[in-house]
Amino acid sequence: MRSGVIAKKVGMTRLFMEDGKQIPVTVLQLDNLQVVAQRTNDKDGYTAVQLGAGAAKAKRTSKAMRGHFAAAKVEPKRKVAEFRVAEDNLIEVGAEIAANHYLDGQFVDVSGTSIGKGFAGAMKRHNFGGLRASHGVSISHRSHGSTGQCQDPGKVFKGKKMAGHMGAAKVTTQNLQVVKTDVDRGLVFIKGAVPGSKGGWVTIKDAVKKAAPADLPLPAAIKSAAAAEAPAEAPAEGGEE
Amino acid sequence: MDLIAQLEAEQIAALGKDIPDFKAGDTIRVGFKVTEGSRSRVQNYEGVCISRKNGNGIAGSFTVRKISFGEGVERVFPLYSTNIDSITVVRRGRVRRSKLYYLRSRRGKSARIAEQTNYRAPKSGATS
Repeated sequence: MRSGVIAKKVGMTRLFMEDGKQIPVTVLQLDNLQVVAQRTNDKDGYTAVQLGAGAAKAKRTSKAMRGHFAAAKVEPKRKVAEFRVAEDNLIEVGAEIAANHYLDGQFVDVSGTSIGKGFAGAMKRHNFGGLRASHGVSISHRSHGSTGQCQDPGKVFKGKKMAGHMGAAKVTTQNLQVVKTDVDRGLVFIKGAVPGSKGGWVTIKDAVKKAAPADLPLPAAIKSAAAAEAPAEAPAEGGEE
Repeated sequence: MDLIAQLEAEQIAALGKDIPDFKAGDTIRVGFKVTEGSRSRVQNYEGVCISRKNGNGIAGSFTVRKISFGEGVERVFPLYSTNIDSITVVRRGRVRRSKLYYLRSRRGKSARIAEQTNYRAPKSGATS
């Protein structure tokens, strides 16, 4: 298992392909993405890498976090997240991850915080059908219907689907395809929509329900190494398209 | 310019399409690439442009209406589709609407569009 990445949702657009197809894509940006800390078996009982992305003002970063970033010798980060990795896929602290971490055509899972919908009714929140438009229905056309039985059991069961707060929750969309990547600007183009609003933070991981391609960069595509690799990799990417 | 606008401008430049200046009411001919098996050829589709949507951006599209064998046919084309071989303006029409959906309920004489005689091309620099 290798590390995922933190990305910022830039927005959506479309790509016209040579064969006449057009693909709706979401553009995700790897902004200043560095390894901030490692979790090791000896010290923490599990192995993971902690990544940080974006840039935060030092004076708006808490003293504790400032110390944490200083220990890793990285600039203060806006967003920090941990990714579980196998022991041999640990990445050096301070390494910067590049967009060619993902290959064209690969499948990924993207998690983000969905757009908040506020207090939503049962029709919007759970796709209930509502009540009839006529035949005696009075001012309850969009209500949920019955919520249960009668004196026995005499209560509404826990977990009953009703109106309530909707959205602003963590949502993962599985098996999205990577259409292309742009290493220079740190962009990943993903087919279809991803959860969250523009400017929101999302995490990208290799798809858990699809086999990963064999030639994935392990433990990660590192930026300094990418500069040396770039000439070798550029023709390979051109061939795939 | 935000990143998405920049990416779209780059893609438009990379596609290198030469799109003439046209608007709703103009009669246009669209050369559309059709692939039959392994062979591909260009099929012309000529009719009145009855609507243009989303401007000249990458998401732009236009609708062309024609009467084929007595039946009205409408086709929507993406402006920057790689399947479009060419777009030619056959005739400039004079209309007072940006969307000519009223043509759908008209037939024959009342569905005619007067020709615009004093057409002036937009100033250079304005991308059509």
